[in-house]
Amino acid sequence: MNYFTQALAWIADPENLHGDGGLLARSWEQIWYTLLAVLVASVIAIPLGYLVGHTGRGRGLVVATSGAARALPTLGVVTLVGLIFGIGLFAPMVALVLLAVPSVLAGAYAGVEAIDPRTKDAARSMGMSEWQVLTKVEIPLGLPLLIGGLRSATLQVVATATLAAYVGAGGLGRFLFLGLKTQDYPQMLAAALLVMVIALILEGAYELAERQAAQRLRTH
Amino acid sequence: MTWVLANLQLIGSRTVSHLLLAVPAIVLSFVLALPLGWIANRFRWSRATLLSAAGLLYAIPSLPLFVVLPTILGFGVRDRLNVIVALTLYGIALMVRSAADALASVGAPVVLSSTALGYSAASRFFQVELPLAGPVLLAGLRVVAVSTISLVTVSSLLGVDNLGLLFVDGFQRGILAEVLTGIVATVLLALIVDGLLVLLGRLLMPWTAVRR
Repeated sequence: MNYFTQALAWIADPENLHGDGGLLARSWEQIWYTLLAVLVASVIAIPLGYLVGHTGRGRGLVVATSGAARALPTLGVVTLVGLIFGIGLFAPMVALVLLAVPSVLAGAYAGVEAIDPRTKDAARSMGMSEWQVLTKVEIPLGLPLLIGGLRSATLQVVATATLAAYVGAGGLGRFLFLGLKTQDYPQMLAAALLVMVIALILEGAYELAERQAAQRLRTH
Repeated sequence: MTWVLANLQLIGSRTVSHLLLAVPAIVLSFVLALPLGWIANRFRWSRATLLSAAGLLYAIPSLPLFVVLPTILGFGVRDRLNVIVALTLYGIALMVRSAADALASVGAPVVLSSTALGYSAASRFFQVELPLAGPVLLAGLRVVAVSTISLVTVSSLLGVDNLGLLFVDGFQRGILAEVLTGIVATVLLALIVDGLLVLLGRLLMPWTAVRR
């Protein structure tokens, strides 16, 4: 536990905390990298997931590509894109989006898929158009599973976003790679602890969102 | 392609070391997650506690875990055991939920009737619950296997020998083919192991293939 107390002391040191490359600034970078990656992944995966879930077509393809995407080593994608497009934020962002897409896709598609077909038929027999079935029935009912998908995507991305620093971007990974080079274990542990704290905060936010979504379903 | 042909031996030896890290971790996480999943279902307090602990474990970034773990366990940072332990922890984090869900998917009437038939708790677990939970367990194990094989590559940042060293080396020396080879080899390895697991499932659970 010696390293642990040293890590806490390292975090508490005002010299490490503030400034351009300080812990607070890096934590903020870590958070917005995560949110941006999940946002971009959502823009790609949610419409696709709804399309597959609503029409029932391309289901096998989605499952297969999600499986293959899970096998894709993030470090490999980061270094590959980094070599082609140069160092900076673009390479890790591509890798993080690829990491987030399968979970979001699964959440969007499973949420629509899991709805009782009779519910959808009832909506159609009330005269709803396909678009109305999607927007007024499938999307609201599928919301809890979609949030679950976003949640696991966010959790994976927030931990993996530390690799961004390997190709010159920011985030808490900076302290990890610096600590690795100088064998400064307390510094690495401090960064790891902060990533976990950020993950916990994001988890808490999702927990609230999931409860809200479940509650809305019940009262309507 | 010329890079691949010129370095076949290197790729081969890194693939072997990759498997030597991944396979023990996959097996260990399955064996350890099973009783944890059982405990998660057994008591009222345990499910939420174990599952959220598993979720948190998964949120630890892998790179610092690879570095910090040896300071706790007393291995060297480049010790292969260290990597296996870290990968096993991640595997358990993923597998506990599947194991709990799999065992919960066995219907209460089945459990009750096998108790009525005279199965003891232990033989009921091994002869009734475990086989019936098999398909869901297999689905979880496949996820663990694929993500473990992909995660092994992160340990190459510490200099541990595996396919990930192709990324590190290729990136530092600017050899695109090497990085690409590393990615393709890792994905192929994951898909092959995944396929083998599916075959193993067919072999051990012939009834799942028949039903379809």
